[in-house]
Amino acid sequence: MSPAQILRFALAGLAANKLRSALTTLGILIGVGSVILLVAVGNGSSQSVQNAISSLGASSITVLHTEGSAAPAAAPSSLAGTTAFAEPQNLTTADAQALAQAQGVASVSPAVSTSETLSYGASSDTASVTGTYPSYFPAEDETLSAGSYFTTQEVNTAQDVVVLGSEAATDLFGTANPVGKSVLVAGIPFTVVGVLAAKGASGLSSADNLAVAPLTTVQDALTGFGTLNDVVVLAKSAALVDSVEGEITSILDLRHHESAADADFEVLSASTLLSTASSTAHTFTVLLGAVAAISLLVGGIGITNIMLVTVTERTREIGIRKAIGATPGVILAQFLTEATLLAMIGGALGVLAGVIGTRFTIVGVKPVIVPLSIPLAFGVSALIGLFFGGFPANRAARMRPADALRYE
Amino acid sequence: MTRPLPRHAAGATPKTQPLPAARPEPQPQPVIRLVSVVKTYGTGEAAVQALRGVSLDVAGRDYVAIMGASGSGKSTMMNIIGCLDVPSEGQFLIDGIDTGSLDEQQLAVLRNRKIGFVFQAFNLIPRMTALANVELPLSYAGLRAAERRRRAEAALRLVGLADRMNAQPMQLSGGQQQRVAVARALVTSPSLILADEPTGNLDTRASRDLMEVFDRLNAAGRTIVVITHEADVAAHAKRVVGIQDGHIVADRRITAPGAPPPLLGRPGRGPVPS
Repeated sequence: MSPAQILRFALAGLAANKLRSALTTLGILIGVGSVILLVAVGNGSSQSVQNAISSLGASSITVLHTEGSAAPAAAPSSLAGTTAFAEPQNLTTADAQALAQAQGVASVSPAVSTSETLSYGASSDTASVTGTYPSYFPAEDETLSAGSYFTTQEVNTAQDVVVLGSEAATDLFGTANPVGKSVLVAGIPFTVVGVLAAKGASGLSSADNLAVAPLTTVQDALTGFGTLNDVVVLAKSAALVDSVEGEITSILDLRHHESAADADFEVLSASTLLSTASSTAHTFTVLLGAVAAISLLVGGIGITNIMLVTVTERTREIGIRKAIGATPGVILAQFLTEATLLAMIGGALGVLAGVIGTRFTIVGVKPVIVPLSIPLAFGVSALIGLFFGGFPANRAARMRPADALRYE
Repeated sequence: MTRPLPRHAAGATPKTQPLPAARPEPQPQPVIRLVSVVKTYGTGEAAVQALRGVSLDVAGRDYVAIMGASGSGKSTMMNIIGCLDVPSEGQFLIDGIDTGSLDEQQLAVLRNRKIGFVFQAFNLIPRMTALANVELPLSYAGLRAAERRRRAEAALRLVGLADRMNAQPMQLSGGQQQRVAVARALVTSPSLILADEPTGNLDTRASRDLMEVFDRLNAAGRTIVVITHEADVAAHAKRVVGIQDGHIVADRRITAPGAPPPLLGRPGRGPVPS
């Protein structure tokens, strides 16, 4: 008995009850389709987060000042009697200058930031105000849409100039050109020298509602000369980010007499953010995939159910086939093939449906197909046919021909 | 018809049973041989003996009717002769092969090679054409498509259905369906054609046509066993065996196994096929 002949028998068996075959196929179709689609949605959302993070600048590293919160509480007991204990220190421009000496560093931009009210005429806006050096703009991947950046000279002389983010500019000036106009930042007049190009929303907050002014001016007028909020370090290339990160840590540890346990700063790069974000996204994808896998399992149980009905219904036919010489193996093969065909047809249509589904944006996420999910979902559906068809097929194969022939 | 199956397959034949005295030219080995066959259904208190020690030899080319009322054990006998079931005690041999030691797989192969079934309820597979139904046993025997088709067409021509080959069972009359079943039974050139109440669902005319087909097949050399309760059907046979309460109660020889069947060649019938 050739496999082709068994396949022909199986196809004839499926064709005998087309509606039932189609509905059973639908179960697997939905299962496979949802695996592909939901995994693509998970993958798509993870990619959009990754894109947002990498738009921060692949080779920029941010050194954040922290309070070193764990250190004061834990240190006295564990480090009693040692002289190495250090109070949290400020992050200073001197630290920034020290970092500029490190290997592989292209630029260092110390920055302070605060939230202030900006106003122009009758319109006002609350925006994040950052005081820094001009090197901050390239390090943060900012580009101009109008005017120019302020210069290092203006920083050194603490000029009252400001570069507005696109959203802040629109909020204050509408469609008018703000360059050359004067805005009040916390009541102090600043001259607008440039407007940044829109970056779009990254995550939850807008990256465009900001104002950037010289470090010295902001410290003078707004924040005072305490600690810097952060230092943005630009590595010479993305490949150097890891080594520069290490250098920054050791330089600052040395300057602040810190050990890793009680650090009063934190070093963040796009790659560290990326790894955190992608592990979150991975969990999300796995959850979605698990939900879809359950629906695939339910589809598989549907196959068992319908095959059991089919076998019972065709008891007499099985008896006839056995009487004229079908061996148990051939009967088993026929019914297994029927179940597997149902699953594979459902799987193939499910792949199609899943792929078509990923063409659409789903709850704000543009799905991105994980290529492996297609052969995997299809393969699993075929296995489901074999596995869930096995029990009914075995029942058919073991039927006693004399009893099966008598069955009405 | 073109592929002769071995009539004398391997397996020791017990020679202890005396051959029927009526047989004029005793053959070395009967097509089927039942030796003290007992068939018990159920166990313990609920056990029912359907056959209580039946011994029977059927020679090649013979045409035997097994007659009995319902409950006499003739269905059980049919199951055992058809290798659909095995005896609880005693032996059943077909072409010298003892079925007692065979498993399901081997019994299936044996049914395919040695036995052609004709059932009361026709038992064609629905939604398959007459041709496909007749090809089915050849498929299970592993023949190639072209050879299957050639033989199935020949068998259908032999039963007079050359023009209905592509009809589905539902499109055929009862008599035609039963003739398709006969074609399916003989297409593998089996050692034995086993018919179980073949005319039970047919009208008088279709019954007569069908028995005429059996007569011609027997005249052409086929060994036939018909299980029936109708005397009209039994009248076509060369030997009539009566069964009652699981015992053989009568065994009447009408003509010799090698002779033409008694009712062959009635007026208005076609020529004898070769």
